[in-house]
Amino acid sequence: MASGDIDVAYVAKLARLALTPAEIEKFGVQLGALLEHVDALAALPVSDVAATAQVIAASNVMRADVAVPSLDRETVLDGAPKREGAYFRVPRIIGVEA
Amino acid sequence: MVDATAIEIARAVNAREISAADLAGRALARIAERDGEIGAYLAVTGELARRHAERVDAAVRDGKSLPLAGVPLAIKDNMCLTGTPTTCASKILDGWIAPYTSTAVQRLLDAGAIPLGKTNLDEFAMGSSCENSALGKTANPWDRGRVPGGSSGGSVAAVAAGEATVATGSDTGGSIREPAAFCNVVGFKPTYGRVSRYGLIAFASSLDQIGPITKTVADAALVYDLMAGRDPMDATTVDLVPEPALPALRADLRGVRIGIVKEFGLEKLDPGVRAVYERAYADLQKLGADLVEVALPTADYGIATYYLIAPAECSSNLARFDGMRYGLRVEGADVGSTYERTRAAGFGDEVKRRILIGTYALSSGYYDAYYVRAQKARTLIADDFRRAFASCDAIACPAAASPAFEFNAKADPVSMYLMDYYTIPMSLAGLPSLSVPCGYVIPEGGRYPMPLGLELSGPLFAERSLLGIAHAYERATLHAQARAIPEIVAPVGAA
Repeated sequence: MASGDIDVAYVAKLARLALTPAEIEKFGVQLGALLEHVDALAALPVSDVAATAQVIAASNVMRADVAVPSLDRETVLDGAPKREGAYFRVPRIIGVEA
Repeated sequence: MVDATAIEIARAVNAREISAADLAGRALARIAERDGEIGAYLAVTGELARRHAERVDAAVRDGKSLPLAGVPLAIKDNMCLTGTPTTCASKILDGWIAPYTSTAVQRLLDAGAIPLGKTNLDEFAMGSSCENSALGKTANPWDRGRVPGGSSGGSVAAVAAGEATVATGSDTGGSIREPAAFCNVVGFKPTYGRVSRYGLIAFASSLDQIGPITKTVADAALVYDLMAGRDPMDATTVDLVPEPALPALRADLRGVRIGIVKEFGLEKLDPGVRAVYERAYADLQKLGADLVEVALPTADYGIATYYLIAPAECSSNLARFDGMRYGLRVEGADVGSTYERTRAAGFGDEVKRRILIGTYALSSGYYDAYYVRAQKARTLIADDFRRAFASCDAIACPAAASPAFEFNAKADPVSMYLMDYYTIPMSLAGLPSLSVPCGYVIPEGGRYPMPLGLELSGPLFAERSLLGIAHAYERATLHAQARAIPEIVAPVGAA
């Protein structure tokens, strides 16, 4: 693992975060310090160890395929930043390079 | 009565010695009187509290007995409660009204609890001091120049200041236990999968767990018993019927083996803090426990492991805050810039840092080196605990290395992350773990004796035995009752 070489502008693009040049600089220093700390994990012998995603052995959990009431549409739409009638109003995505 | 325990309040309300409406009024008056100084609540739900109180009183008049009849409840503001603001202390959700109620909260309301309001937290539960809240500042009731701990800082401050009898908290890496220790209350994180997270706004899904914050271990057992158990709305709840913990509380520790972790040697601590924990271990022994040394050789890797896994999961979970369906939207020239500007304006620095580190750890070329390696380290940490619990019934250690610190004392993010040294390993292993008050120390330059917490942790699903052990310790030592909160004894403004 290499430390301190995080390309904050690139990662911010992946994370959909607009950052100012000052923020890129600040987060670069802070995240570099954290990466130095987590680099300690390189010392652990893990080649033969299985990964743990979560600690409770759970496989797919199914429920009966029965329709139940869902949230009230008006209430949910009231929480939207923009709505139009019975719909969420969102920016155009077709024909746009995001 | 507003300062009584939940068990005492429920008994008195069920016996019709006091009405829930009367209690709700007194609790709301207490909030009005104190919360300007403490800042535990982001929203007070007075009207809702009165409605619930009337319903409880009607049920009691009809001859019903409710386990939390009239008990004033504070709810951490990352848990949904229908018709009330649920913000996660973030500008991105400021003003959003929850359209449903989280299962854990609903179960407490069904048991007769009175919802007083929503409490402050570090934004999206990311932090150890409550200073990362974008919507309010919460002070430690024991010294208002100090933080209450975090992320459940508002919930612990509410209970400590007598502004609620019980509160809900959520714990991902220590967010119930560390603040409980800082504010001299009991904070209990059950086993991962014991309590439904339906309606808890997700931070790190393989770690998040809801638990009670209370004045006593018995109250924690009462609230836990009501919260726990499978929920069809959360497929990660385990299909095990929890045995009630409240009847299993015990008076001594004869025959109990308590593990003391070799790697958590007290010599690392300040002398005053060290003396408190040495006495705590001696008190466990006096109660009849056998102290046995156990080894957790990989526990030192807990913070490094956690600060890859939790941010990775956070970066994925928080992708849903894109300004389309709820919360803030800041319009840009196109959809991409709308996403970017919304998230830039809506999230605070700590949330951004964690999203960035998580995105990085999951990105092409780094996934195996960081994320997968951390998941493997997690296996080693859980294995260490399994081996340790072969020779003990519970593990005792400090909940935090120091008492509550002053505001702005941990401006460097990594120094804040180190606060969770004693709580993160248990979270990674999914274990039930709690903090119980264990004494006081006057910090260097401090004005008042500040509380410390003893962390007790058990094997997976051993909540019942763990709460029993904690109760015996609490009952014998009564640290929570040993002192009064200095600034509350001398009311605000009084000489």
